Amino acid sequence: MPRVSFAAPTTVDEAVKVLASASGLAKVLSGGTDLLVQLRSGRVKPDLIVDTKRIPGLIGIREEGGFFIVGAATPGVMLSGNAALEHAWPGIVEGADLIGSQQIQGRASLAGNLCNASPAADSVPAVIAARTVAVIAGPGGRREAPVESICTGPGRTSLAKGELIVEFKIPKPKPHQCDAYLRFIPRTEMDIAVVGCGINVTLDGSGTCTDARVVLGAVAPTAVIVEDAAKALIGHKLDAPTLAALDAAAQQASKPISDKRGTIEYRTKVAGVLARRTATIAFERAAAR
Amino acid sequence: MTSSSEGLKVVGTRPVRPDGVDKVIGRANFGADMVMPGMLWGKMKRSPHAHARIKSINAAKALALPGVKAVVTAADFPDIASEEAFMGEGPMNFRDLSRNCMAKDKALYDGHAVAAVAATSASIAEEALDLIEVEYEVLPHVIDVEAAMADNAPLLHDDLFTQGVEPKPTKPSNIAKKIGFNKGDIAAGFAAAEIIIERRYTTQPVHQGYIEPHACVVAVAPDGQCTIWSSSQGHFMVRAYCAKLLGTEIANIRAMPAEIGGGFGGKTLVYLEPVALALSKKAGRPIKMVMSREEVFRGTGPTSGGVVEVKLGAKKDGHIVAAQLALKYQAGAFPGSPVGPGCMCGFAMYDIPNVAITGYDVVSNRPKVAAYRAPGAPISSFGVESCVDELARELKIDPLRLREMNAAKDGTKTAHGPTFVNIGYLQTVEAAKNHPHMKAKLGPNQGRGIASGFWFNIGGESSAACHINEDGTATIVEGSPDIGGSRASMAMMAAEALGISYERVRPVIGDTSSVGFTFLTGGSRVTFATGMAVTQAAEKVVVELKRRAAMIWDISPEAVEWKDGMAFPAGQNAGNFDPLSLADIALKSGRTGGPISAEVSINAQGAGPGFATHICDVEVDPETGHVKILRYTAIQDVGRAIHPSYVEGQIQGGVAQGIGWALNEEYVYDKNGRLDNPGFLDYRMPVCSDMPMIEPVMVEVPNPRHPFGAKGVGEVPIVPPMAAVANAIADAVGTRMRDLPMSPPKLRAALDEQNPPRMAAE
Amino acid sequence: MSKHHVTTTINGEPMEYLCEAQQTMLDVLRDELGLTGSKEGCSSGDCGACTIIVDGDIVCSCLMLGVEAEGRAVTTIEGVANGDQLHPVQQKFLEHAALQCGFCTPGFIVAAKALLDSNLNPTEEETRYWLAGNLCRCTGYDKIIRAVLDAAEEMRAEAGR
Repeated sequence: MPRVSFAAPTTVDEAVKVLASASGLAKVLSGGTDLLVQLRSGRVKPDLIVDTKRIPGLIGIREEGGFFIVGAATPGVMLSGNAALEHAWPGIVEGADLIGSQQIQGRASLAGNLCNASPAADSVPAVIAARTVAVIAGPGGRREAPVESICTGPGRTSLAKGELIVEFKIPKPKPHQCDAYLRFIPRTEMDIAVVGCGINVTLDGSGTCTDARVVLGAVAPTAVIVEDAAKALIGHKLDAPTLAALDAAAQQASKPISDKRGTIEYRTKVAGVLARRTATIAFERAAAR
Repeated sequence: MTSSSEGLKVVGTRPVRPDGVDKVIGRANFGADMVMPGMLWGKMKRSPHAHARIKSINAAKALALPGVKAVVTAADFPDIASEEAFMGEGPMNFRDLSRNCMAKDKALYDGHAVAAVAATSASIAEEALDLIEVEYEVLPHVIDVEAAMADNAPLLHDDLFTQGVEPKPTKPSNIAKKIGFNKGDIAAGFAAAEIIIERRYTTQPVHQGYIEPHACVVAVAPDGQCTIWSSSQGHFMVRAYCAKLLGTEIANIRAMPAEIGGGFGGKTLVYLEPVALALSKKAGRPIKMVMSREEVFRGTGPTSGGVVEVKLGAKKDGHIVAAQLALKYQAGAFPGSPVGPGCMCGFAMYDIPNVAITGYDVVSNRPKVAAYRAPGAPISSFGVESCVDELARELKIDPLRLREMNAAKDGTKTAHGPTFVNIGYLQTVEAAKNHPHMKAKLGPNQGRGIASGFWFNIGGESSAACHINEDGTATIVEGSPDIGGSRASMAMMAAEALGISYERVRPVIGDTSSVGFTFLTGGSRVTFATGMAVTQAAEKVVVELKRRAAMIWDISPEAVEWKDGMAFPAGQNAGNFDPLSLADIALKSGRTGGPISAEVSINAQGAGPGFATHICDVEVDPETGHVKILRYTAIQDVGRAIHPSYVEGQIQGGVAQGIGWALNEEYVYDKNGRLDNPGFLDYRMPVCSDMPMIEPVMVEVPNPRHPFGAKGVGEVPIVPPMAAVANAIADAVGTRMRDLPMSPPKLRAALDEQNPPRMAAE
Repeated sequence: MSKHHVTTTINGEPMEYLCEAQQTMLDVLRDELGLTGSKEGCSSGDCGACTIIVDGDIVCSCLMLGVEAEGRAVTTIEGVANGDQLHPVQQKFLEHAALQCGFCTPGFIVAAKALLDSNLNPTEEETRYWLAGNLCRCTGYDKIIRAVLDAAEEMRAEAGR
């Protein structure tokens, strides 16, 4: 591994300054579960690594003004350990919890998973489905952006030089609103998602869907918000024709590649399968909330 | 000469292994844990091309980097003529081994070592690699075995002519050799058959997957004395191979066995040691070289992938009258696939009168294959055992009953020559029939598969010494690296022979200068052959102990008995003496003639083959093609379980590897012949949550040629699982998978072809 | 490039070391501190042979930089036993023959200890999923799981006393 500089700022402003003024390639380090793998393999050769974990607020979960505020560098174990978040958005917690092993969970963060911008990132679909907003600090000050605007392609984000995500604002769910996340992998653990699906639904008293967001992962260069899938759910109960329409919409929206993890044909079919299974769980949970 | 199990006091029990505490507290020293003062770090530069001529290598910039002390290439190794040496588990040609360790003239696979560097830190060595300039002329490459056999395939070696075909070919080929085994009259056999089925199966190369990457620390002194610390399956092999590749005498090398973090056959040859020695010689300092996981995948031998064509002819009542097998195994960059054993094992479980087997050893632009647990057999058995299952289904005969009907027994002559004696195959089939697993109910999308397996097991050369210490404890020095707990069994057998408690026997694995020649740890030979040597050494010591007691009592040695670790006068006439314990005699040894020790070197004959029958239950998710292993029972004839826990462990480990081979493991190459998945993320071995408990059932049909009846156990367990899983999937969803791995996308596609999907509703 | 000075606590002992920024915690443990019990199996966080505990959570030390240990509490395999008193997990591994080559064993023991520190009554499934990040190629995991569940039972009995 090439020699590299290291900084561990203790405020957001300091982090922004260090990132903005870096002369070469600067990478943010939260959990390091992607960065260190890439460093070791030579895929990424940064000149500077900026550890954000010493900045107060970047690790932690709090409730404020109708939102869950999750620090950007909060590790997965903290998400799955937060009973309120797990009850409100089990799909988000599941998605994050599925990243790697228990050891990875001790480090991996939502911001890291998002900004690594793998099309198959497990925490991203449910986070987008919940209409989460990312709070970004940069040389121009703070700004907010919907999470779906962050990834622009595999390995690429819309963050400008000097910018970093500080926290995520997840809106608290309404009554009878809940989510689910499922992924398909060949083993039972430790694989990158071949397909991932996050669904957020709101039901009325009769079990009819009044709002929905369906997001697919690993079937396109970035996570896909499937409008037609949402339309298939809204105004309906989860009966056989609705499931069939949902399946078809999910398959339609899938534009995957064939690689060592799955073929185009396979990913497309499984997108439909997962959409049905994820919706079933989301509906059950929403009805119970 | 087998003792009855009631009479044994230590053999058959489950004591804690003597190296156990060191291993659970992290103190045990593996290959990469050693340091030598002044050592440098060595790193290997590897070809990024699957096939290329090496036009030039310029290391000037690398040598100029501060901290770099030496660079070596093929020019630093002596030219070796082609020479066969059966030293490892499988054929080995020293010239090929040398060229595999360091490419000469041509890079033959993505990952092939082309140069190496030694520097004062690992990071400087890495930086130096980038500064070595290699000029390649990229050549067309070939990966797939049948593509490599085609007439117009890119040729790897222009001096490779197919052996085993007449007339002798004049054109070079990628087909290194053709072999065959025959029994009876195959044409007549098929003519007499009432049903014939013919099928084609394929498998992919899979890696042994040991968690410890290859590592060594070596030092070459100015007078040429070499010290090698490495983890391997045979330090005598390391010594011999390095001597050959470096062109030095064997006595100049002392190889020390580090603890080894898994081998499964993949560490029965050398990769790093010769290169590290060359660097050490040039730099004048010790060298440490450790492979990364990526290097392990790109640069070390997996086992072959292959094509398996099976044709079975049977009577309607299930008797198999004719069996034909054609195997095409890919050997990687140099000849030497395990197609021979693959041929020999294919039908070994069965008594079939007419058999014709053909095998091809084929090179292609992939890493040179290395042995992997019962090399060759899992591949051919996947085909044969699947085909036997397909035959059973066609005939509507229970798969266990079909095997019972055709089972090899004592007196069955194999297609490859030997006649079986003291085998336990039928016993494993009977045990399977009677096992409660066969009665467990299956639900929707669940199925059960049966498969059998065979492996020869070998004996071979082993040395061992038994030293009695002054306080009556014993030290056993043997030369077999312990890959699975064997040193515990050595201590147990010695304790049994000496008649003392296990706790008073300490086993040690001696380096090449401290114990006699011992063939490597492989072929399921250690408990059999080294166990035999250890037992014989202990028995020689007992003879000497009796002689010393006789001296003390001033009677004839014939009048002394040895029982439970004590000398007794044999009967009234011998004299009325109190028994002498081993400790008593040891204390007096200086006055009765000196140290009490015996060393034995043998070439153990009479290894008993291993047979197994496995039962596997799966559940298939038809929408995703995901397969879950619900339950697995592995029944095996183990001869005698010296330490039952470690025998069970061998069975369970082999099963898990077979399941990975069946479901998800494979090498993925891109169109440039570069390996796409050189890591544990995308080379998918079973993880904890993928596996159920594995029930090992040990059937004991003792081998009378071993002092305690042991047969080799380590390799048979990996032979049946792939077919067991495939047969279970066929039972569950009616889909026959003939191409490994049976990964979800392939299973889903096969299911869709069988039942074209409608738009499904939950 | 100058080295970083790190002050940390390892297995209850205050420790200091110098390291380059890109050196992983695993590199530091093995090559600078002589704590070779943690093993390198893959350097990509897929095998768990390098598992350590940092501030109570298991992590892969190959995915952590040495500089990040500043001010943290680290436990490695060398710190699991209490002097010559083996931890119940270690003892049960020996009794159940839950190791063959022993290379993955330190990682498993640290991970299993952390499991039992947080949950003394895991089911077989919970145990398997917790340990899914630890690869073993020798044992097929059967005896490892039995050893961990047996250790849990012993620790529950001990706690009940």
